[in-house]
Amino acid sequence: MKILVCISHVPDTTSKINFTDGDSKFDTNGVQFVINPNDEFGLTRAMWFKEKQGASVDVVNVGGPETEPTLRKALAIGADTAIRVNTPAVDGYQVAKELAKVVKDGGYDLVIAGRESIDYNGAMVPGMLAELVDANFVTNCISLEVDGTSAKAIREIDGGKETVSTSLPLVIGGQKGLVEESDLRIPNMRGIMMARKKPLNVVEATSAETETSSVKFEKPASKGAVTLVDADNLDELVNLLHNEAKVI
Amino acid sequence: MSVLVYTESENGKFKKTAFEVASYAKAVADQLGTTVTAVAVNADDVSELGKYGVDKVLKVSNADLKTFNAKSYASVLKQAAENESSKVVVVSSSADSKYLAPLLAVNLDAGYASNVVEVPSSTSPFTVKRTAFTNKAFNITTIDTNVKIVGVSNNSYGLVENSASATAEDFAPSVPTSGVTVESVDKVTDKVTIADAEIVVSAGRGLKGPENWGMIEELAEVLGAATACSKPVSDLGWRPHSEHVGQTGKPVAANLYIAIGISGAIQHLAGINASKVKVVINTDPEAPFFKAADYGVVGDAFEVVPALIEKLKAFKAANA
Ligand SMILES: Cc1cc2nc3c(=O)[nH]c(=O)nc-3n(C[C@H](O)[C@H](O)[C@H](O)COP(=O)(O)OP(=O)(O)OC[C@H]3O[C@@H](n4cnc5c(N)ncnc54)[C@H](O)[C@@H]3O)c2cc1C
Repeated sequence: MKILVCISHVPDTTSKINFTDGDSKFDTNGVQFVINPNDEFGLTRAMWFKEKQGASVDVVNVGGPETEPTLRKALAIGADTAIRVNTPAVDGYQVAKELAKVVKDGGYDLVIAGRESIDYNGAMVPGMLAELVDANFVTNCISLEVDGTSAKAIREIDGGKETVSTSLPLVIGGQKGLVEESDLRIPNMRGIMMARKKPLNVVEATSAETETSSVKFEKPASKGAVTLVDADNLDELVNLLHNEAKVI
Repeated sequence: MSVLVYTESENGKFKKTAFEVASYAKAVADQLGTTVTAVAVNADDVSELGKYGVDKVLKVSNADLKTFNAKSYASVLKQAAENESSKVVVVSSSADSKYLAPLLAVNLDAGYASNVVEVPSSTSPFTVKRTAFTNKAFNITTIDTNVKIVGVSNNSYGLVENSASATAEDFAPSVPTSGVTVESVDKVTDKVTIADAEIVVSAGRGLKGPENWGMIEELAEVLGAATACSKPVSDLGWRPHSEHVGQTGKPVAANLYIAIGISGAIQHLAGINASKVKVVINTDPEAPFFKAADYGVVGDAFEVVPALIEKLKAFKAANA
């Protein structure tokens, strides 16, 4: 089985979110970038397939040279080859189109992406990709088993979960549950050394077609100070929630 | 040309988000000077949609669409959008709508913006405001394609009543076979889900152990709320993963979010920030959650929560 894991390069979850250039660009100053958490669950599941079922695992990112350390980290975790499509990620559709080309050229059977990236939160790349390459698609995926060309997956739905059967070629939008938090791997020294020698292939982008444009960013209005209510005066809390906030 | 809206139902009944997206679609239709057409799949009574501004309902009744299937449903919506020559399609942010929207976008050659929180500030260029960086910021985005898909963030627009009456029309799209077959659905039906809840009661590691969740469930029941938890609580197995909220869990956009024994780490706050009113109950007055909350009680959850349950019961009895 040939697996491709899509890796989004995102600011670490503790990052302060600021903007520059008239609020049109994310300010990367002092920001640490990491593998998108949803993608990391997917990468870890891919490693399980590699080790238990004999799959090959490539990773791909659409982005500039600054994303290479994140791809190297994925190699250090155990991926075989990394591919970087050399163009800034502008919108979901453009990224999906670039990925579709990589998937077709590489003949991948299974593509594991994250259900959404934690920066843009578009939640559209995996679905668009699946449709563009005419593969089956399961998102919010919290469990995945593959047997030959058939697959069984569990999708989280509002208020529960759903078990589906499907087949390769398949695109997954993964999240926590695909593997557990404790299964995540921190690259060790050997992995990091090996990653330096693994191929990181840079391919040029094919099209610059986009469907949406980011105009600018805004930060949420800063909020007023908290109203403290004494623990012995909870009638006051009920009163405030009813009369002031009007939420009960 | 009408604005098309996908109004989701379950067991024949519309979900609350159906009325919210209908209200939103009506506002966009007013901006564009056109009407609203809803697509309802296997819904019993579609007349209710008129109250939220829907002019026409395309009623789809098909046993093959009994369980949700992203590919089939996307195809139904595509056929409806073409039937109506719609330039704008509105969907919700439910798990199902977020599943089908990217497929629909490719099928319609449409640009798609998810997590939209306001009506377009302009329809030419078509400009929307959406959340980004997991609620730490907003992104103003234009959708530049001829056909546009707007995914409305849950609980961001609300329900707006309109005294229109909806006419129903039977619509019989072809349903393609899908390569994904639903084998079984495991769903709690007697509990409010985090996605649909107006009130969410959430608890963290301050609760010490899973055996202490009785009072959290009771508080939620009194309020008609959904229960949620912080990430370590689900990692420790005290509560199911499906209750994990925050940046790496589920997003919450409730009217009221009550955080009990939760410190208010940045990753937690990111996911729940879209909630309108936040209450924190924590022993530590320095807990970061107090900076994010509207109301706070410095106190021991094991005393405050049972007392609050009593007060709320009395309040409910008095206001019944
Ligand atoms: C990549 C990454 C992603 C993450 N994503 C998420 C996420 O999505 N969601 C999430 O929640 N976290 C997330 N976290 C974890 C986050 O950083 C915090 O560790 C976590 O939110 C803390 O959970 P907590 O508030 O329950 O526990 P703690 O931080 O341990 O806080 C417990 C609180 O309970 C209070 N307390 C103790 N006893 C009592 C009592 N008797 N009564 C009242 N209060 C009491 C304490 O004062 C304290 O403030 C993420 C972390 C990382 C690194």
